[in-house]
Amino acid sequence: MSAEKSAFQKLTVSGSPHIHGPESVSKIMWGVVIALLPALTVSIYYFGRPAVRTIIVSTAACVACEWLIQRFMLKKPVTVQDGSAVITGLLLAFNLPATLPWWMTVLGAMAAIGLAKMAYGGLGNNPFNPALVGRVFLLISFPVAMTTWPRPQPMADLERQAVEISAAAGSTATDALTGPTPLGLIKEGLQQGMTIDESIKHLGLTPWEMLTGQHAGSLGEVSVLAILLGGLFLLWRRIITWHIPAAFLGSAFVFAAILHAADPQAFLPPGFSLLSGGIMLGAFFMATDMVTSPMTPWGKIIFGLGCGVLTILIRNFGAYPEGVSFAILIMNAFVPLINRGFKPKRYGC
Amino acid sequence: MKTFHKGGVHPNDNKLNADAPAQVLTYNGPFCIMVSQHLGAPSRPIVQKGDQVKRGQPLTENTAFPGSVVHAPVSGTVQNVTEAPDTGNFARPAIFIQPEGDEKEDFISDDPTLEREISLSPQEIIERIKDMGIVGLGGACFPTHVKLSVPKDGKAEYLLINGVECEPYLIDDYRLMLDKPDEILVGIRILMKALSVDKAIVGIEANKPKAIALLRQKAADCDGITVEALRMKYPQGAEKQLVKALTGREVPSGKLPIHTGCVIQNVGTCFAVYEAVQKHKPLTERLVTVTGPCVESPRNFWVKIGTPVSALVEACGGRPENTGKVIAGGPMMGKALPHLDLPVTKGLSALLLLPEEQAHRRTAEHCIRCGKCVEACPMGLEPYLLHAAVRNKRMDLCERHHITDCIECGCCQYTCPSFRPLLDTLRLGKSKVNQIIRNRNTPTR
Amino acid sequence: MTTLLYAVLLLAGTGLIAAVVLYAIATKFKVEEDPRIDLVAERLPGANCGACGKAGCRDLAKALVEGGDLVCPVCSNEEWAAVAEMLGLHADTCEIKIPVVRCQGGRLNSIRQTTYEGFESCAYAHSLHAGENGCRYGCLGLGDCTRACSFNCLSMNPETGLPEVNEAVCTACGACAQACPRGIIELRYKHAHEGRIYVGCHTEDKGALAMKHCLSACIGCGKCAKVCPVGAIKVENNLAYIDFTRCTHCRTCVDVCPKHAIVSTRPSDPEPAN
Repeated sequence: MSAEKSAFQKLTVSGSPHIHGPESVSKIMWGVVIALLPALTVSIYYFGRPAVRTIIVSTAACVACEWLIQRFMLKKPVTVQDGSAVITGLLLAFNLPATLPWWMTVLGAMAAIGLAKMAYGGLGNNPFNPALVGRVFLLISFPVAMTTWPRPQPMADLERQAVEISAAAGSTATDALTGPTPLGLIKEGLQQGMTIDESIKHLGLTPWEMLTGQHAGSLGEVSVLAILLGGLFLLWRRIITWHIPAAFLGSAFVFAAILHAADPQAFLPPGFSLLSGGIMLGAFFMATDMVTSPMTPWGKIIFGLGCGVLTILIRNFGAYPEGVSFAILIMNAFVPLINRGFKPKRYGC
Repeated sequence: MKTFHKGGVHPNDNKLNADAPAQVLTYNGPFCIMVSQHLGAPSRPIVQKGDQVKRGQPLTENTAFPGSVVHAPVSGTVQNVTEAPDTGNFARPAIFIQPEGDEKEDFISDDPTLEREISLSPQEIIERIKDMGIVGLGGACFPTHVKLSVPKDGKAEYLLINGVECEPYLIDDYRLMLDKPDEILVGIRILMKALSVDKAIVGIEANKPKAIALLRQKAADCDGITVEALRMKYPQGAEKQLVKALTGREVPSGKLPIHTGCVIQNVGTCFAVYEAVQKHKPLTERLVTVTGPCVESPRNFWVKIGTPVSALVEACGGRPENTGKVIAGGPMMGKALPHLDLPVTKGLSALLLLPEEQAHRRTAEHCIRCGKCVEACPMGLEPYLLHAAVRNKRMDLCERHHITDCIECGCCQYTCPSFRPLLDTLRLGKSKVNQIIRNRNTPTR
Repeated sequence: MTTLLYAVLLLAGTGLIAAVVLYAIATKFKVEEDPRIDLVAERLPGANCGACGKAGCRDLAKALVEGGDLVCPVCSNEEWAAVAEMLGLHADTCEIKIPVVRCQGGRLNSIRQTTYEGFESCAYAHSLHAGENGCRYGCLGLGDCTRACSFNCLSMNPETGLPEVNEAVCTACGACAQACPRGIIELRYKHAHEGRIYVGCHTEDKGALAMKHCLSACIGCGKCAKVCPVGAIKVENNLAYIDFTRCTHCRTCVDVCPKHAIVSTRPSDPEPAN
């Protein structure tokens, strides 16, 4: 028998299960990258070469930063090929004005990967969404550059514009080329004593323009339709579940509706709230980040609720016109607590 | 279509060559019969080297409860009473028999005609099942007569028959249902009589429409037996999930299905019960699937207990060159065998030969906290948490998060996108926690 | 001006209230503790290895101060004497022990028939199968003992696949022996000058089977027991065992063993003799 045995390969012994499902980390991560493509295309269409530059710089900086840290600081096997750094880079770029100077983008990428991800031990250990940490880091460090948004000009040559914007950053002379986001405009209007209705009229955007993103804003957040398309892809591939986006958008809508009903002239209408700013991007791509969101369905719903309510609170009562990033980061901090409190329902209980 | 609700996964069912007829394996070499082939207290051999045994003669006796016995599959001489490797390559007591002649015990009836009339009383049925060495043939090998003796704090209402076969690749239960439907139904009626229940439900997954149709048609004239088609989902064949799928009830944590009024038997066991009660045949033969992506002709074999596994593989076209893993049972819960010099036991439902490229695990990556294991766990546990707790030797945390409820189905590890060895650690933690609980419950002095 | 005053008053007031509350709590929940506990704990190694049977070094210190009859196996004799003196006790010096690995199977002396894959844990692999070489008594080579050691003194030798003990840092706490699911590791007298002599095999399989698994398996032939001048060797269950309390280090057994299963370490050659 032993002679026969040696003719064959050694058998492998391991515990069950002996087969594995089709899922893998890199499949999930590259799936998210694919889901980001529609919004990416739209942003390039609107913002042209500056957008391409910001996206490339951000992604490359994130990947390089992760590679350098893993290779030289941690001296561990390098895992950039799993695609998570690419996602962080893309999402960070999506949260920046297209015309942001490239070195600021690099700084943001370093904060995102170095501070928010690798410092905690890399993929899977970070409590906060890295891309959002990068964005908030930049927002606090460079408030003017981070709130100087170019106006979308389909297929126009924005190169010249970009130069002018950076030259004139901070002054009011750039109004022809740059503009505030709808939310920023309304916040400003409210401060100047305008009512919501007047502000919206002053904004002069049709719902279709809101949906397709023909207004100033961060690179990837402007087109609600493109983000929805990517979100549906994520849902279809079961990379995300419906709980967080539904709870996020639902609670934001309901809470905004309540405020609006209480005082229509001081608070934004709910429909406008959902179509403006980064709430769609946040609900489908940022809040649903697996690492920084809860595990159980009920936990996800609570997480989404918190994000939605906080977003509307910050938008209407806070100093910033937009609150999605802060809302998600705050809720990220609650995730361990939510995981403790909302256990899956056990069989037989 | 019914199913259980919580968790579960959908592996590709891979029922290769399911419609090939079963073949009777002829083997004339020495038989190796493991002394203990059931879950429970070990048995003791009652034959000695040199003894002449007849087919069907008991070879062992019980030492304690719960026990079961084994019988000689052939007539012949006892060559040796020694040790043989079990599925984990650990040496266990075994009896070697060299076949000679064809003598059988007088009580055995080899008449193939179907016998519908059940003449024994419930007590006699249970006694007969015990004497004929019937154990659960789904794989766990729990003595059937113990399951039929309802404890004082339970009352049987339903007999649930497991024809689910949710494991990929396996086709032996399917084949049995197609080949022996009448015998299985009589077996079910015998079990119903033994338990004195009037409702029996046969659960079959929807990927076996022929078996569902055939058993439905045959069961039409049996009172109280219904056949239920179940939506495909693993692990539907696990007791607790089957109870949920067929009756909607949930077995409380730490309790047995009988506490919700259910007794579960595999279709294979039903057939063995028929043979034991109606034909007075001990369990010395079973249907085994030999399958795998590279196996020449995957099919089912009627095999005598004690036949070496290698003979089965030979009969199926031989071991493919590139076999990297041989699994006793299905790919989700089966045991990987160290080599093929092992005997067939009562619990061997299938031999799955995986080629080298499917035999290995992928390297584990970081947990990305995706929660897919939580989603997949049919018991509602949190495998990622238990995994970390076991690795950090936090057995108190494991116990608090109900690691003892784990049914070791493997859904968590199957679904984990980071290829983490979740079930490995859970199993280890479960056994440690069980040990801690046992130590706590036994007074120290 | 009033704003300033209010601010100062408010802060001072808050501080005062907090101070009162803190003081009240501190007095109410004050724990009286024997000051010797801290002194003793300082003397102990502080590795919290648990070898003494307590949860940690401070726990042992507490037990010692309260009059418990416990010994720290990790402390050197001098350290222990100091602790005993502090408590006014008489310190019993004891012979220092060290773990030995009673298996030489590994990669060099045995043939791998299968490959194990999965969670790196001897305890788990033991529950699955007998071992890659088929020996159900031998080392599984997955390093549970190395992970159990809090002093980093055990390491797996990648060449042999067996654990190795670093004598210099070992404190004989015994955690490795407890972690081994097969009881391969035994604590024996260190005998720093003469070295240790032990049977480097743990199989209770019969000779023929043991030889099939491993080149250096003890086959229970009993030759060593016959030549031992002091009768320190016993063969039970096909396995020879050298009683380390009686061994005189004559090394006669080492040479007669036909399988070279008896390991003799000398301070001069720390590697196993064969």
